[in-house]
Amino acid sequence: MTNSNNCILSCKNVCKSYKMGAGKLEVLRGVGITIGRGEFVAIRGASGSGKSTLLHILGALDSPDKGEVFFNGNNIAEFGGRKINEFRGKKVGFVFQFYHLLDELTVLENVLLAKMAQSSAFGWLTCRISAKKRAMELLERMGLSERIGHRPFQLSGGERQRVAIARALMNEPELILADEPTGNLDSQTGNGILKVFEELHSAGQTIVMVTHDEKIASGAGRVIKLTDGKIAAD
Amino acid sequence: MYDIILPIRFFLRRRITILAVLAVAICVFTVVVVMTVMTGLVKDYTQKNHDFYGDCIVWTDSLVGFGMYEEFIDELQKTDFVASASPVINSFGLVQMNFGDGSAALTLMGIDIKRHIKTTNFAQTLYYRAAAPELAFVPEDENLSGCVTGVDLTTERTKRGTYIQKTYVPSYSYTITCFPLTPKGAIVKTGTAMAANSKIFHYSDNSNSGLAKVDSSVVYLPFEQLQKLCGMDTTAKRAGAIFIKFTKNSNITVCSAKVAAMWRQFTADNSNFALADLFKNVSVADWKTYRRDTIAPMEKEQIMLILLFLLVGLITVFIIFVIFYMIISRKSKDIGILKSLGISQTGVVRVFLHLAFMVGLCGSAFGIVFALAFLVNANRLEGWLFAQFGFQLWNREIYAIGEIPHNAGAFLLIIVAVSAMVACLLGALVPTLGAAKMKCVDVLRVNKL
Repeated sequence: MTNSNNCILSCKNVCKSYKMGAGKLEVLRGVGITIGRGEFVAIRGASGSGKSTLLHILGALDSPDKGEVFFNGNNIAEFGGRKINEFRGKKVGFVFQFYHLLDELTVLENVLLAKMAQSSAFGWLTCRISAKKRAMELLERMGLSERIGHRPFQLSGGERQRVAIARALMNEPELILADEPTGNLDSQTGNGILKVFEELHSAGQTIVMVTHDEKIASGAGRVIKLTDGKIAAD
Repeated sequence: MYDIILPIRFFLRRRITILAVLAVAICVFTVVVVMTVMTGLVKDYTQKNHDFYGDCIVWTDSLVGFGMYEEFIDELQKTDFVASASPVINSFGLVQMNFGDGSAALTLMGIDIKRHIKTTNFAQTLYYRAAAPELAFVPEDENLSGCVTGVDLTTERTKRGTYIQKTYVPSYSYTITCFPLTPKGAIVKTGTAMAANSKIFHYSDNSNSGLAKVDSSVVYLPFEQLQKLCGMDTTAKRAGAIFIKFTKNSNITVCSAKVAAMWRQFTADNSNFALADLFKNVSVADWKTYRRDTIAPMEKEQIMLILLFLLVGLITVFIIFVIFYMIISRKSKDIGILKSLGISQTGVVRVFLHLAFMVGLCGSAFGIVFALAFLVNANRLEGWLFAQFGFQLWNREIYAIGEIPHNAGAFLLIIVAVSAMVACLLGALVPTLGAAKMKCVDVLRVNKL
């Protein structure tokens, strides 16, 4: 549990359902969690338990049918289009199971894209050099400094995921949301990625990671277990 | 900046964009080539008509003609907008060729050579007398009466359409017979028989006006001699038309209207003239109106062609729509990524519209470059096809078309390029708006991949 002053992200009574033919599939049934600044939280659950849906709602990629999500005390539902985009681009960094890198861009460009997305043409011209420097630093931190000119399909799964993490960190977000970041990797590579997250956490980064893997989840400081759309354990 | 870098990368690294560029380039190529050739032909034909008839014509369709033409020409010469005017007789006659066994009813055109070469480009149509056009009706034997024939009446052509002109003036002669008409339009009779005036003319040159009908059926005679043959040299001499050339930079329509007003005034002032009744059959018009019957169908064909090319434009829009639909379907994951990075709907629209613009720009550029390369070499290519396979776009033995028009105007190129780019933007608009509305969570969800 988290002190309310230190809370970065919280949600109350979040419900979400999807239409399944004539019926309705309830994925989340009144979920409420609070995440403190600097915490490394793993949301664990079986496939279909609603953990990815919860993460998408927390990151404003999706909206709940019912309930509220607060970021730094502000209700995300009240954000307008511009503020939502700013939230996604600057406050939060996403890491996906399938990396989701753009094949047409090089490793460096994929990382820079996060900064470009938040800059106007003029703004980009003024911050281009510093952005490139930061992207290079991040890639070096991820052990990819030799791969900056490569394209995603020329990298291994672990390398691609590290590029995705570098991209997520590019705008120095307050929160990293990772959706099964090791789900598509072998255990050794997955452990490597977990180590990266642990290092980020020890540097003060807030991380919320969704995983079905108990071993990976155990690497986080706090594990929230989700079963049938409800929190079973925290 | 992403909205510039991403389209460039998509453009350079996606093979499907090559298809889109190719589709646009083919459409642009087709439009530029066909419009250039068609516009060139129409322009060439109208220019030849203008050259042949001058700027304005005062004419009657009656073979009787009208009188007081010299007085009216004097009036015209007093104005500041008429550069020259030339009386003309248009008639028909029986022409017996004395160098073969042929005889034919042909159009006879009587011209006052000195005034006619100032009013029209007749001088430039001559072959042997091109350097001294005022001697056009002077045959080898200067004591004889000369005539100029339409080039197709006396000169053979190669299959490529080049006239085989002799190095000397051939000694052809023609017996030309006319049936004179009274001012009332009746055939002049001697006793109970029809009167007929005949005279032998000797070939002095041929005229290549570029107007197929003229070049294959007209024999030019000295004005006064044809006037005599047609019985139009009575006390009140008559002509069939007056060709008028205006001074440089004159507005032809405005000046033609002035000539028409002058003619009305002139006929009113001379209503007591013995042959004043003939004035009623006289019309005044600028050259384009006068030749409307032949020019209008060509212009109509050109308009039809433009309408057909609008359909080509619609097809381009549809092709781009399909290709962009495919691109966006394949890129739905990327759109989800962009949105997860905080790129707005308008940002996504900008990315794909910039891509469409690049497709339009490159497609237009390639299409125009290939079209210009093709047009520059079109005549050479046709020559080669003719030499190898006997293929010609137009049979030059039949059509009065020299070379294939190949000068594409800058205006046409700009219009086509801009239209192609607009077509690309329109074609890409619907799929792009669809892309902008995609919910990133829908396309990024694992079970959707």
